[in-house]
Amino acid sequence: MTALTLTHVSKSFGAVDVLKDISLSVEEGEFVVFVGPSGCGKSTLLRVIAGLEDATAGEVRIGGDLVNRTPPSKRGIAMVFQSYALYPHLNVRKNMTLALRQEGQPKEVIEERVANASRMLNLDPYLDRYPSELSGGQRQRVAIGRAIVRQPKLFLFDEPLSNLDAALRMNTRIEIANLHRQLSASMIYVTHDQTEAMTLADKIVVLRDGRVEQIGTPMELYNNPANQFVAGFLGSPSMNFFPAGLVNEGDARTMGIRPEDLFLSDTGPLGARVVHVEHLGGDTNVIADVQSHQITARLFGQHGIETGQALRLGFKPDKIYHFDAGGLPA
Amino acid sequence: MNKARTNPANTIAMHGALIAYTLIALFPVFVILVNSFKTRKAIFREPLALPDADSFSLSGYQTVLKQGDFFLYFQNSMIVTLASLFFILLFGAMAAYALSEYRFRGGKFLGLYLALGIMIPIRIGTVAILEMMVATGLVNTHWALILVYTAQGLPLAVFILTEFMRQVSDDLKNAGRIDGLSEYTIFFRLVLPLVRPAMATVAVFNMIPIWNDLWFPLILAPAEATKTLTLGSQVFIGQFVTDWNAVLSALSFAILPVLVLYVIFSRQLIRGITSGAVK
Ligand SMILES: Nc1ncnc2c1ncn2[C@@H]1O[C@H](COP(=O)(O)OP(=O)(O)OP(=O)(O)O)[C@@H](O)[C@H]1O
Ligand SMILES: [Mg+2]
Repeated sequence: MTALTLTHVSKSFGAVDVLKDISLSVEEGEFVVFVGPSGCGKSTLLRVIAGLEDATAGEVRIGGDLVNRTPPSKRGIAMVFQSYALYPHLNVRKNMTLALRQEGQPKEVIEERVANASRMLNLDPYLDRYPSELSGGQRQRVAIGRAIVRQPKLFLFDEPLSNLDAALRMNTRIEIANLHRQLSASMIYVTHDQTEAMTLADKIVVLRDGRVEQIGTPMELYNNPANQFVAGFLGSPSMNFFPAGLVNEGDARTMGIRPEDLFLSDTGPLGARVVHVEHLGGDTNVIADVQSHQITARLFGQHGIETGQALRLGFKPDKIYHFDAGGLPA
Repeated sequence: MNKARTNPANTIAMHGALIAYTLIALFPVFVILVNSFKTRKAIFREPLALPDADSFSLSGYQTVLKQGDFFLYFQNSMIVTLASLFFILLFGAMAAYALSEYRFRGGKFLGLYLALGIMIPIRIGTVAILEMMVATGLVNTHWALILVYTAQGLPLAVFILTEFMRQVSDDLKNAGRIDGLSEYTIFFRLVLPLVRPAMATVAVFNMIPIWNDLWFPLILAPAEATKTLTLGSQVFIGQFVTDWNAVLSALSFAILPVLVLYVIFSRQLIRGITSGAVK
């Protein structure tokens, strides 16, 4: 069964079209990540699914039921917000149980679900504290716990990690992945961080300007991007683009090559002058100018390359992409 | 730590300025209190002197307590002020929530229309108000004053509270909606507690003009049973003779409740002024 189906969903605020004809589906138990640059409508799409905004056109089905007219609390969803949105005047336990008490669940059920969620998220010591007495990471876990106790058909996460520092983000990312495995629930996760998208997703939906650019597994998108935007958006550092004419005289297309597919080669076709070197220990990122085009090469291991140095870069012919003027593969 | 705050010269200058301002602000209160305990002669001979054995007198307080039904006036003022504040805050907050939270046709215009009231003094409409009160039979009731003061206080209340409510996180309200809270519960249980400092600010701004008002009590509710404290004190001010002892004693009494209410609201008020400065 499909957990969520969107068919031709559009959303406008007055004259501004924020979402344009979006169709997609989320299978039962699937972890789907929406990615896209800031302002592309990810949060709006999530809010339409949650019922916090009405779709201007199109159908939203959750677990097969048409929910366009159903209020958020009856849609069988739970949402984790970027700002945590914990109730400041309630302690952790009450924050987690509010929805269940509102639904009129029996006391034993509530207790049991809180105990389970709290064990899963290591929240036991904090159940009687107020949100202001918790660290950012703990608040985030409470927000996730509040979603879990509802046992929703569909979890919605809106950039849940963006307020955490890098180390905590990585830990929480792993926790969320574990959670998904344990609960085997359907989840939608919004982020503009492509690393989160690649590491967590069963399926990635790339959005731009309110349109779906491509839907697929992380490796499908990485290996076969539908267009130049998707190619540039996924992968870090992002794909290099330059006129194919630099390599093949007279070729008018744009050539794309990932930084990790470039290597040093005395006979390589790209003559470059090093602008900047980032030594990461395991990798070395070389930023260099090829004529007036800046490209990044990610070399494995440590290299004694210096700024201003001239070098030649090569690549395997099967690793390159070509795009036409409209950004489509050519 | 902020450098300007730890520098001793700055600290002294800052506290000096604040103390000077406090003295200026408290001076009239001080003069009223001190002189209310003096004989009439002493008040005029040395208005700034503290009462001593010679000049000490409680005659003002005796007059006030004997003459008229002072406690009734006091009670009237209290009822009118508190009821007006209650309605200003309740309706002001509700209107502000609607204006800040819901997008509806004419919402912007309505906000502007409500804010316009800040600039138009309600006293301009006194004659019409009086006619209305006569027609509805509300003259000489507490309701006459409460309704007028509520109308007078609402524009500013709506204006201030709308701004504050816009800052309440959307995510929080949305979390409530997903958890199945009704719009009323979201308003009363989530939003109102978060704008409490702003509510206190509005309450203090409105409390003092209402408590001190002479105009509307004189016109709409001058009857003995509904006289407010300010109006009641006027019996001591005559065209030819003014019983200064009594006037000052009545004023001393009148200051008291305002002070108490202010202390209640001020903790919130300070938070209101500094909120946003520190997260
Ligand atoms: N209530 C609204 N009225 C008008 N325009 C809005 C409203 N809400 C969002 N928008 C517009 O819709 C677009 C998409 O907003 P949205 O919040 O969905 O972006 P996003 O993809 O979540 O971005 P971010 O990564 O920064 O969170 C933005 O251009 C925004 O200005
Ligand atoms: Mg967003």
